[in-house]
Amino acid sequence: MEIKKGIAVSPGIAIAKPLVIDSEDYRIPRRSILPSAKVAEVKKVRDAFHKAVGELEKIDSDDRIAEGNIKDIFAVHLRFLKDKNLRKKITDLVYNDLLTAEYAVSTTLRDIANHFASVQDRYISERATDIYDIEKRLLRHLLGRKREDIEHISHEVVIVAHELSPTQTASFDRKFIRGFATDAGGRTSHTAIVARSLGIPAVVGLEDVTRNVDPTATVVIDGNRGVVVIDPDEPTLKQYQQFAIEFDRLERELDAIRDLDAVTRDGVAIELLGNIEFPHEAEIVLDKGGSGIGLYRTEFLYLYNQTEPTEEDHYNAYSEVIRVFGDMPVIIRTMDLGADKFTQSRRFVREPNPFLGLRSIRFCLQNLVMFKTQLRAILRASVHGNVHVMFPLISSLHELRQAKMILHDVMDDLEEDSIEYRPDVPVGIMVETPSAALTASILARECDFFSIGTNDLIQYTLAVDRGNERVSTLYSGADPAVIILLRSVIHEANRARISAGICGEMASEPEFIMLLLGLGFRTFSLAPPMIPEIKKVIRSVTIESCNSLARKVLLMNSEREVINYLRNAAMKVLPEVF
Amino acid sequence: MSDSVSQTEVEIRNANGLHLRPAMQLVDTASRFMSDVKISNGKTSVDGKSIMQVTMLAASAGTKLTITARGSDAQMATEALKDLIENKLCGEQSRQAEKKSAG
Repeated sequence: MEIKKGIAVSPGIAIAKPLVIDSEDYRIPRRSILPSAKVAEVKKVRDAFHKAVGELEKIDSDDRIAEGNIKDIFAVHLRFLKDKNLRKKITDLVYNDLLTAEYAVSTTLRDIANHFASVQDRYISERATDIYDIEKRLLRHLLGRKREDIEHISHEVVIVAHELSPTQTASFDRKFIRGFATDAGGRTSHTAIVARSLGIPAVVGLEDVTRNVDPTATVVIDGNRGVVVIDPDEPTLKQYQQFAIEFDRLERELDAIRDLDAVTRDGVAIELLGNIEFPHEAEIVLDKGGSGIGLYRTEFLYLYNQTEPTEEDHYNAYSEVIRVFGDMPVIIRTMDLGADKFTQSRRFVREPNPFLGLRSIRFCLQNLVMFKTQLRAILRASVHGNVHVMFPLISSLHELRQAKMILHDVMDDLEEDSIEYRPDVPVGIMVETPSAALTASILARECDFFSIGTNDLIQYTLAVDRGNERVSTLYSGADPAVIILLRSVIHEANRARISAGICGEMASEPEFIMLLLGLGFRTFSLAPPMIPEIKKVIRSVTIESCNSLARKVLLMNSEREVINYLRNAAMKVLPEVF
Repeated sequence: MSDSVSQTEVEIRNANGLHLRPAMQLVDTASRFMSDVKISNGKTSVDGKSIMQVTMLAASAGTKLTITARGSDAQMATEALKDLIENKLCGEQSRQAEKKSAG
């Protein structure tokens, strides 16, 4: 039995066999072996080559694979695996330099791949991926991992990976995924977001879980405490099975408040909306008691298909959700790619500083054809319900004006084509840069609503990369700098009589709800599974007590002081949630 | 058995250069002969029977290579390789062109 501690990012308990996913970035550490072990280690290399050759020869003789190109590719891989020069290079590293078999394989093939990648000729440089594939095949045999096709899971598993990319999470069959455990990542990593939206437990930041997990052992993922147990002993397993039952009971209890209003004890109504990434999640929001969509992320259209979405793809994805909600609001955020996510045509150039680069609305304003396609589809879909358009990452009035001008251009086009749309569709912005927060009074005059994306706002305000585990402890919504900005944004929104909601992670963290209510926020949009819990918090407090809490917090000087105070206050109000 | 040496110069003509699949053809052809086969681009000389080394040459279209064979069938080896590189590696492309026109 082995217990590993990480960061709990999505609650729940999962008990299942692991599916270990290799990552491109998986680095084999340089480790030495004792001279007495070198003969056995060389044999490990030979065995791995032997097994890999056997695998490829089977593919080669498989009649079902008729496609000439694929067979050719594997035939090339086979030549590499049979190449005596290559094998000697690797066994020499083991025998003479006393390095582990896996390191010798990895470093030799990576050298070759790097050599290819450095060649000017693009056709040759792209062949580096073939070499990585050969490396992975050998490593799978050396490390005892079977090649598992994540697209064809047919039994319940927990996913264990270095880090999950959006493309990987999209290819899972959701039916069978019980939980996630990853080496890297933080509270706001992609894995965390997907896990919360699916309502399954996840623990991230485990550092080396992929290296420690035995594919045949049972794995427990405790998304409440941030613990992963590999190969639990009998009493531990029993204990976790009990936890899982209790967790389900609590979930059902929360489900019971689904049909109750989100209203404070002193009668102030709060709007609770859902953040969604895929159309099918719309039903989950309703199911959890949400009264609309506060953030419809539209990036999936660009991330999970082979080609860029057409206007009809956009239109269908939006109409599907809008129809579910009738008169309830559906806020569609325009394409927010760049930085760590890219479109099919990869028109993004590698940047030294992507989070400060050409991303999100900036990218859209430079790629008008793509941007207009999306806006046209949103406007066409607007006739089916209560649609709002929201522009992300606005950092100046100029950008807001440009984006609105393009929206009006698209409206003119629709009019010319006699296509129906709602001309009064509300237009809002995400407030997620310090510049937008500081100029909220100016921006508020030219848009219909604000929605604060706290994840990026915190990251840009505190200059902390939320995905970098070495500095992620500095990332906190309780920092006085963040709280001062939040207060200023809600103040300016109220003055301009426009609404300001929160759609970032802060809105789904129970300890922040009293503070946000006290600052004056009345609209929260969050991951659907969190809605019942947050509603329970809201129904347990009074606005009066929240106001007094906020006043106290605004006088505090440090993040530590704030977070301790908020946690204590929340614990008193709702001990069972913590 | 007399060891003879045969040398010839060739130019890579197929558009995509000596990437993996043409390299495989080259290595397969070289491996049919007893002779040692060395391929040089003027800077580096590699074993013509090792796909790793041949691909590491990363010879793109237009690159001139020197093929040296040493052994009992050296003459036959260089001739077969010259014929392959200058005439048959292009076959892949013309085959694709045929497919296109047929489709």
